[in-house]
Amino acid sequence: MSKPKIAIYWCASCGGCEEAVVDLAEDILGVVEAVDIVLWPCAMDFKKSDVQAMPDGSIVATLLNGAIRSSEQEEMAHLLRRKSRYMIAYGACAHTGGIPGLANQFTREQMLRYVYEECPTVVNPERIHPRPHSKENGWSFELPELHNRVRALDQVVRVDYYVPGCPPTPAITKAAIGALLSGELPPVGSVLAPDYALCEQCKRKASKPENVSFVGFKRPHEVPLDPEKCFLAQGVICMGPATRAGCEAVCISGNMPCSGCFGPTSRVRDQGAKALSSFCANVAPKTEDEIDEVLAGIPDPVGTFYRYGLARSTLRGAITEPAAQSASKGSLSRVSPKTCC
Amino acid sequence: MNSPCQHAAGPATSWEPRIAAFFCNWCTYTAADLAGVSRLKYAPNVRVIRLMCSGRVDPQFILEAFARGADGVLIGGCHPGDCHYAEGNYKALRRFQMLKRVVNDFGIHPDRLRLEWISASEGDKVRTVVNEMVEQLRVIGPLNMPERNRDWDLELESMQEKITAHERAGREVANVQA
Repeated sequence: MSKPKIAIYWCASCGGCEEAVVDLAEDILGVVEAVDIVLWPCAMDFKKSDVQAMPDGSIVATLLNGAIRSSEQEEMAHLLRRKSRYMIAYGACAHTGGIPGLANQFTREQMLRYVYEECPTVVNPERIHPRPHSKENGWSFELPELHNRVRALDQVVRVDYYVPGCPPTPAITKAAIGALLSGELPPVGSVLAPDYALCEQCKRKASKPENVSFVGFKRPHEVPLDPEKCFLAQGVICMGPATRAGCEAVCISGNMPCSGCFGPTSRVRDQGAKALSSFCANVAPKTEDEIDEVLAGIPDPVGTFYRYGLARSTLRGAITEPAAQSASKGSLSRVSPKTCC
Repeated sequence: MNSPCQHAAGPATSWEPRIAAFFCNWCTYTAADLAGVSRLKYAPNVRVIRLMCSGRVDPQFILEAFARGADGVLIGGCHPGDCHYAEGNYKALRRFQMLKRVVNDFGIHPDRLRLEWISASEGDKVRTVVNEMVEQLRVIGPLNMPERNRDWDLELESMQEKITAHERAGREVANVQA
């Protein structure tokens, strides 16, 4: 009997999710024994045409990591969707947009201008930008087109399951592959991780104060961090309360606060808004000026609360509205290209 | 490509500002009731949602209101010290201070979001605040998030045609090889 076919593909991602698959260590041998990998551009030499030649639905599951931001990625997502029985959004970028999704705070033009002209390490006096179509010496060239917006996978194709994390941990990955192969799957659309907040899995939970009351916020590089005590008790933003469990608090074991990569639980639609709600409601002062002083300890709220979830959030990213900037005092330089990258 | 500015300059004739208002049961909602009973006239552009406390206003509600087409969001609660639940309005204020920054970072005009303390006896203040906000929003113009979202979805559709054409070409190659 032929083994079930699995495809692993990457879109707008850093390669960390590929690394996470390899991080299965010796368990990967068991996986390779149980399945046929039919596409894995990072590690194996299969071509797109190999996939195109397969009948629709013949791949059991595609694990696709990375956000969708170009026409080429969109095309591959559609192709793999057709060829696969299960489409799995693997990792934070495919799940909620991830770090690439933060680009939604800028327009495509701002981003291209910064990367190809204004970035201090760029020398480009002719201001050459990549173009979808170009001609040179009688040859014509085509490049994938960049979307205006970065999208999570399920904003482009139908997704059956989500494996969260930046990157997903070996345990989560193993459990997901096990579930796929055994066919013991939860309802379609589920995130393959526990549906409660990370604090439940955190070893420091006992030191979480009953009533958190922030008199100031510190960022991890600004204070020596107590390796035992709850980060919130130390005045450090830890996204644990607003983040799905499943990683077994690996970052916290390394004495770094949670940054929220597993996304929200099923009861929350907008992880950033919910995190903001919880942390800000619990600052100590009661007057506007004093509140602002404490909240100034969070210099980049969008980058803090929406670090992995911006593309999939309620507003999906920044819009351009005339006068929004100048009208507010103390605004962050959102549209200034200097803050890009 | 549509420039985002076109939305703001959209058809000014038919457009009326829409405000989603979250009023607390004990003070601001009662004040709005009083304004009604007193037959005070104010702009009909506000849709009032009654909550038990301004502390119940989840920031998700506010972003959702914008995303679904509100041009402005107004939160009304009891004056500091007067909260029926002692601390709820302080929680609302603290969230609001950060939300103003976040909303601005999202490129949304900060005047689209407003927090006011209005006690049960201040029916007149409801009128003033609503009228004022409607006038401000007329100047700022429509936010039109649903339309902007549609534009983003259309981007996918327009690329879809190119991709389908590209795929057809690719398939032929695959068939030749097979």
